[in-house]
Amino acid sequence: MQYMVSVIDEKANNGTQEEMDAVDVFNDKLIADGYWVFAGGLAAPSTATVIDNRGDQPIVTDGPFVETKELLAGFWIIQAPDLDVALKLATEGSKACNRKVEVRPFL
Amino acid sequence: MTVTDVEEAITRAHQEEWARVVAALTRRYGDLDIAEEAAAEAFATAVERWPAEGVPPNPGAWLTVTASRKALDRIRRENKRDDKQREAQRMYDDSSTEPLGAIDDDRLRLIFTCCHPALAMEARVALTLRMVGGLTVPEIARAFLVQETTMGQRITRAKAKIAAARIPYRVPSAEDLPGRVSGVLAVLYLVFNEGYLATGPDSEPVRHALTAEAIRLTRLIRALIPDDGEAAGLLALMLLIEARRTARVSATGELVTLDQQDRGAWDQAMIAEGHGLVRERLASGIAPGPYQILAAINAVHTSARDVRDTDWTQVVALYDQLVAIDPSPIVGLNRAIAVAELDGPEVALATVDRLEDRLSGYHAYHAARADLLRRLGRSQESRAAYSRAIELAGNTAETAYLERRRDQLG
Repeated sequence: MQYMVSVIDEKANNGTQEEMDAVDVFNDKLIADGYWVFAGGLAAPSTATVIDNRGDQPIVTDGPFVETKELLAGFWIIQAPDLDVALKLATEGSKACNRKVEVRPFL
Repeated sequence: MTVTDVEEAITRAHQEEWARVVAALTRRYGDLDIAEEAAAEAFATAVERWPAEGVPPNPGAWLTVTASRKALDRIRRENKRDDKQREAQRMYDDSSTEPLGAIDDDRLRLIFTCCHPALAMEARVALTLRMVGGLTVPEIARAFLVQETTMGQRITRAKAKIAAARIPYRVPSAEDLPGRVSGVLAVLYLVFNEGYLATGPDSEPVRHALTAEAIRLTRLIRALIPDDGEAAGLLALMLLIEARRTARVSATGELVTLDQQDRGAWDQAMIAEGHGLVRERLASGIAPGPYQILAAINAVHTSARDVRDTDWTQVVALYDQLVAIDPSPIVGLNRAIAVAELDGPEVALATVDRLEDRLSGYHAYHAARADLLRRLGRSQESRAAYSRAIELAGNTAETAYLERRRDQLG
C-alpha cells in the first residue's frame, strides 16, 4: 500500500539548514527500513503553469490552479502495510521537516 | 417455549452476540461493510425462524454460521470472491505483529478500528454504536438528532475511509495501547454524556438507551482489558452517575440537583458495583487517571445518606488531585463548586470569576455563578447569570430548573 505524505506550508521557503539535515536523516531511515518510494521538494506555487487541453486549443495559464493560504511544499511517497505505520512515519516526517503533513492513500 | 421467551432469546443474542459476529466476519472477510450487512441479515433470519423452529442450543454459533453464509452469498453475487479473499488476507494479515496474549479478541480489534484516531470523533461514535453496539442507523440518528440519511452517510464514509486508507484491524502494539485505549474510553464517555445530558429542545432530558449502551460497551472493554485502571474507573463513574438517574429528573421534567435528590431512589446495586470498582482501583496502589478520580468523587457523594453528611474535604482533595493531571477550566469550575461547601460561596465565587475568559460560553459556568450570587444575596446579578445560563443550556430539564430558580429570586 502506498501513501502520499504531503508537506503543508504557509509560505514558500526552502527551510533552514537544520530542517534539511533532519529530512536527510529521516530519508535515510525510510530507505534503510524499506518504506521509501520517492520524495521531493517543490518550488514556490508562483512558478507553476497550468495547461488545459480539454478543448480545441491548449490554454496555458501562469500561476497555481488555486490560490490558497496553505500550499504544498513537497511530498514523500511511502510504502507501508497499513495506516498506523504510515501515520507513525508521517509523525516522524513532520518533526523532521518541521511542518504539518497530510497522509493520503493511493487508490 | 413461548413467544416472549423467543423474543427474549433474540434480544439477548443481539446484545451478547452482535459484536462477536461482526468482529469475526470482519476478520474473515476483511470488510466491515460485508460483516455488518451479513450480521444484520443473520439476525433478521433468526427473528423469522426461531419462533417456528425454536432457539438453537448455541445461538452465537448459529448466528455466526448463518452470517458467514450470507457474507459468502454476497461475495459470490458480487462475483468478487477471489479478489475479496485475497484482499482480506492482504489487508488484515496479522502474522507479522507481536503476539497479543490475553487481550486478543476480535471484538477488541473491532472497537479499536471503529475508534481509530484518523476518523472524526462523530464518525467514531456512530461507527462504534453501529458495529460494536448493534444499534440501527435510525436509532443512532434519533439519539444524535440528525437525519437518518446524514447518519447513514457518516457511517458509510467512515467505512470507506477505513477500507481505502487501510486502517488496520488489530489491537495496537503495547507501546501505543494506553493512548488508543484512552481514545476508546473518550468515545464511550461521549456516548454516555449525550445520553445523560441530552441536548436539544425537543429531546428527552435523559436518553436511557444511550447511557445503557455506553455502560454495556464499557463493561465489555473492562472485561477485555481488565488490567486497565481507567477502563475500570470509567465503568465505575458511569455506574455511580446512572444510579442516580431516576432521582435526577422530577415528575414535571425538571432537573433535580444532587443536594435535592431523594437518595432513597438511587439504585443501590449500581452504587455497590461502582464502589467496589473504586475500592479495587484504590487497592491497586497505582496512581489513578481522571476517570478513576471522577469515580472516586462520585463514590464520596453516593456514600452520604444525606447531603449534609457529604465529606466535602475529601471531595475537594480529590478535585485537587484531578486539577494536577487535568488543569482544564471545567475541572476548576467543579472544584470551585465543591469549595463553596467548605469555605463558603464568597471564596468559591472569586475562583469562578477568574474562569470567565475561558468559560463565558459554557452554561454551567453561568449556572454556578448564579447559584453562588444567590447564596450571597446578590439577587440582581444572580438573575442576570441565570438568564445567561438559560440562553446557553441545551438540556430541557436543566432549562426548566434554571428558569424556576431565576423566578424564585426576590
